Amino acid sequence: MDINPILLLAALMVASTPILLAAIGELVVERAGVLNLGVEGMMIVGAVCGYIAGHSSGDPYLGFLGAVFAGAAVSLVFAVLTQFLMTNQVATGLGLTLFGLGLSALIGMRAEGTPDLTVAKLALPILSDIPVLGAILFRHDLVVYLSILLVAGVWAFLTYTRAGLILRAVGENHEAAHALGYNVRLVRVLAILFGGGCAGLAGAYISLVRVPQWIDGITAGAGWIALAIVVFASWKPWRLIAGAYLFGGVTVLQLNLQAEGLKIPVEYLSMAPYLATIIVLVMIRAGRAPASLGKPFHPSS
Amino acid sequence: MKRRTLLATGAGAALAAAMGMPASAQDKTKVGFIYVGPINDGGWTQHHHHSAMEMVEHFGDAVEFVYQESVPEGPDAERAITQMALGGADIIFTTSFGFMDPTVNVAANFPNVKFEHATGYKQADNVSVYSARFYEGRAIQGTLAGRMTTTNKVGYIASVPIPEVIRGINAAYIHAKKVNPDIEFKIIWIFEWLNPAKEADAAKALIEQGCDVVLQHTDSTAPHQAAREAGGVYTFGQAADMAEFAPMPRISSIIDNWAPYYIDRVQAVMDGTWSSVSTWDGISTGMVGIGEVSDVVPAEWKAEAEAMRDAIAAGTYHPFTGPINKQDGSPWLAEGETASDGDLASMFFYVEGVEGEIPS
Amino acid sequence: MLRLEKRPQPSRGWTYGAPVLAVFLTIVLGMGLFALLGKDPLVAIRTIFWDPIFGPFAHFYRPEIIKKAAPLVLIAVGLSFGFRAGIWNIGAEGQYIIGAICGAAVALAFYPMDARWLIFPLMIAAGVLGGFLWAMIPALLRVRFNTNEILVSLMLVYVADVLIKAFSIGVLRNPEGFGMPGSRNLRQYPSAANLDLIPNSGLHWGSLVALFAVIFAYILFTRHHFGFQVRLAGQSPRAARFAGINANRLVILCLGISGALAGVAGMFQVAGPSGQILGSFPSFYGFTAIIVAFLGRLHPVGILCAGLIMALTYIGGQAAEAQLNLPAAAILTFQGMLLFCLLAVDVLTNYRFRLGQGEAR
Repeated sequence: MDINPILLLAALMVASTPILLAAIGELVVERAGVLNLGVEGMMIVGAVCGYIAGHSSGDPYLGFLGAVFAGAAVSLVFAVLTQFLMTNQVATGLGLTLFGLGLSALIGMRAEGTPDLTVAKLALPILSDIPVLGAILFRHDLVVYLSILLVAGVWAFLTYTRAGLILRAVGENHEAAHALGYNVRLVRVLAILFGGGCAGLAGAYISLVRVPQWIDGITAGAGWIALAIVVFASWKPWRLIAGAYLFGGVTVLQLNLQAEGLKIPVEYLSMAPYLATIIVLVMIRAGRAPASLGKPFHPSS
Repeated sequence: MKRRTLLATGAGAALAAAMGMPASAQDKTKVGFIYVGPINDGGWTQHHHHSAMEMVEHFGDAVEFVYQESVPEGPDAERAITQMALGGADIIFTTSFGFMDPTVNVAANFPNVKFEHATGYKQADNVSVYSARFYEGRAIQGTLAGRMTTTNKVGYIASVPIPEVIRGINAAYIHAKKVNPDIEFKIIWIFEWLNPAKEADAAKALIEQGCDVVLQHTDSTAPHQAAREAGGVYTFGQAADMAEFAPMPRISSIIDNWAPYYIDRVQAVMDGTWSSVSTWDGISTGMVGIGEVSDVVPAEWKAEAEAMRDAIAAGTYHPFTGPINKQDGSPWLAEGETASDGDLASMFFYVEGVEGEIPS
Repeated sequence: MLRLEKRPQPSRGWTYGAPVLAVFLTIVLGMGLFALLGKDPLVAIRTIFWDPIFGPFAHFYRPEIIKKAAPLVLIAVGLSFGFRAGIWNIGAEGQYIIGAICGAAVALAFYPMDARWLIFPLMIAAGVLGGFLWAMIPALLRVRFNTNEILVSLMLVYVADVLIKAFSIGVLRNPEGFGMPGSRNLRQYPSAANLDLIPNSGLHWGSLVALFAVIFAYILFTRHHFGFQVRLAGQSPRAARFAGINANRLVILCLGISGALAGVAGMFQVAGPSGQILGSFPSFYGFTAIIVAFLGRLHPVGILCAGLIMALTYIGGQAAEAQLNLPAAAILTFQGMLLFCLLAVDVLTNYRFRLGQGEAR
């Protein structure tokens, strides 16, 4: 047996970070009652913009920042269309994916990289000194920790803050929230922008850390997986980590098992996370999904 | 200006096609390329495009060059090829295996246009097929891998289970084993030709399992990045030289060089000597290029690799020379016997010693 | 301050005017994009929108447009039932793939038997059934467990995608294909081929069935009780309950119809234009059809037009790529802009802009 479970866990954390980041953004969007299927499009625009910003400035963190803005900017298109021009969310989200794939390829046509841009690993004090575990689990780059902090932050925001309460109210019953005097559209636009920013950051993590390079279509469906994880987590922030690590874990694990020479039906194994998601959906029943998810809202109606 | 000529030749071709006449009445030879990926994919398509550009440079004004990138396999390909033929192309190169049936279908409608399909096996009077003996390069990589490894574990990132990839694995394994009897191959199939994220994950998994040499049959540089980060791991360029990763981790490469073939075939169209052929060239004609073995490889092993390259080029050495048994121990090639092209073209088994099964 | 006010009734003028405005807007935006890329914008627009229909090679392009539009229209018509009733099948791509797999599997099982009268109808039945059953998974889960059909149908797209990739190198691989991925080519198997009924017309069985589906849906929506039920359920679920409409039955029917049509579209595609079960067979048709359904305002005739326009942008876009060396990415971006514009202008149909402060923000 050549598989080192600790290394596996560490690899899994890196592989799962982009989907976790995109998913935590989408979770907030969906909790506000909006279904944005354009995650893949926002992610890939973030990937190319982050790559360009990072490599032209020589600072990967500026790259990440650029990606956040790029993702949010693209999501603004979705926000304006769905919230103010009352377009259908499903169709607009799909359109956003097409648009993002095209736009990113256009932007990236002349993107050039410098080979030496690296994102430093950050060893957490004390924790990283724990024998075995510490060396692996607590010596990642900043974004890995950030993704987990974001999950914690979103959880705290939704659970303990008034703004979080309002956001949930908007997602559960926008008519009632509106009647109570909350600005449904403003809340949703902000949620969408947050989702876009997270997706952008997720994309940049792929193009700046995980691969790292820019190539057309580099996100390769990660945005769609993020959508699946939100459902898998039944819209609960902490469960996202489990979901993301499960999805990322299946990928990393199957690669490791193959290298080990085990006969596994790899072609079929990649269905497993999606089937698991459906099973989770059945077990949690509906009810838990934000009640206004995907429904259009207009203040006068 | 360019637009006008394009429209003019287009209309002429339509007329010609309608009247069943040859479309090549213009003075320039129009050469078309259909690519499966974007021209900057860093791998397969980029190299076809580079080679095409070299061909254009060679002929200068004598050719008019058109191409279409990111053409999906299937009905869209058929339309793209037809469109190019209608547009008056004299010869069209279709550079992906998935374009095989579309190419043959379109060719039947345009008997006066020449077609060249890469990596396929269906020929017709106006359809040639061409491919490269990449396995020759794999033999050299295998030799270097067997020499350089200290852990005796070599990782192999395989793409899609087809004979070409399996040949590569076998060729690399046989030659690694020859110089290092303790060698062990770890093979990961990713079922795609280009997926940087997955390639990176695969490379990391292999490295974490103790491989200190990683071979790849996928197109991105992601495995090199992973190897560079890990340190002390050797890799090989694929399709491109990937020299930006030399001398470490990249210690050599297999370079796709289609330019001589393209120049040759376009010249044949100009001379009116084009005929349908099936070409399978290797190191000897330069279709398979071997990238400079970098200096981290000790001189004697570098010389050994280069000697093998030269022997293959001269035709004095065949990478599949017996005795070779199949994975299940049954004999395949007897002592001194070399594999036939037919056997190689349809190879769907591992040789003895490779562990695991080919997914199917 | 500018604000939107819901119209009591959708505007008749804008119903027809809005799409025209949208196309106009897109053309203006697109010309900007093409100019930025250093291409003559007028030529680009003409190549995309005009040449395929009226240009010198229209005889070639027109049938291509029909062939490209056929599956989009067929799937979109099926989806329009559910979308009108508020039942969201966004997994048509998966049903399309499964329909193709089932249809092709039937043909391959009979290969090389010569019996078109038997094999082709069986393939159609298999395509319909495959798509229908794949859609029944989200339908039954919703009826039985109240799970969200949007998400289940979407998950099943990924599963179908994995299946077709695995089958193309596994059980359905062409045994005489030198180990290459992909099934036998059904177009070269006369008993299974779905070719143009009149050569070079673009009219294969799939196009005809798409046309029938449009007519059938039109009659159903305007003349039949079921169409009324669908609309009522979409507009007011509560009223629908009072009217005694069985919501579960509606879910099953709507998802079933869309699944069956998507499945048969996949079968016609794999036996015709595509020819083969290949990993690259799924080409976003099922998702594009969702967009087509909305562009067509969920109306059968609208969907027919939207499908043709969408097909035109593909065909013309590809022509522009080849003739003007426009990057493929530019066409994708352009299509995205067209969708945004078409979706956005719809606001004019159902709302009007008013100046001044409203009763609410």
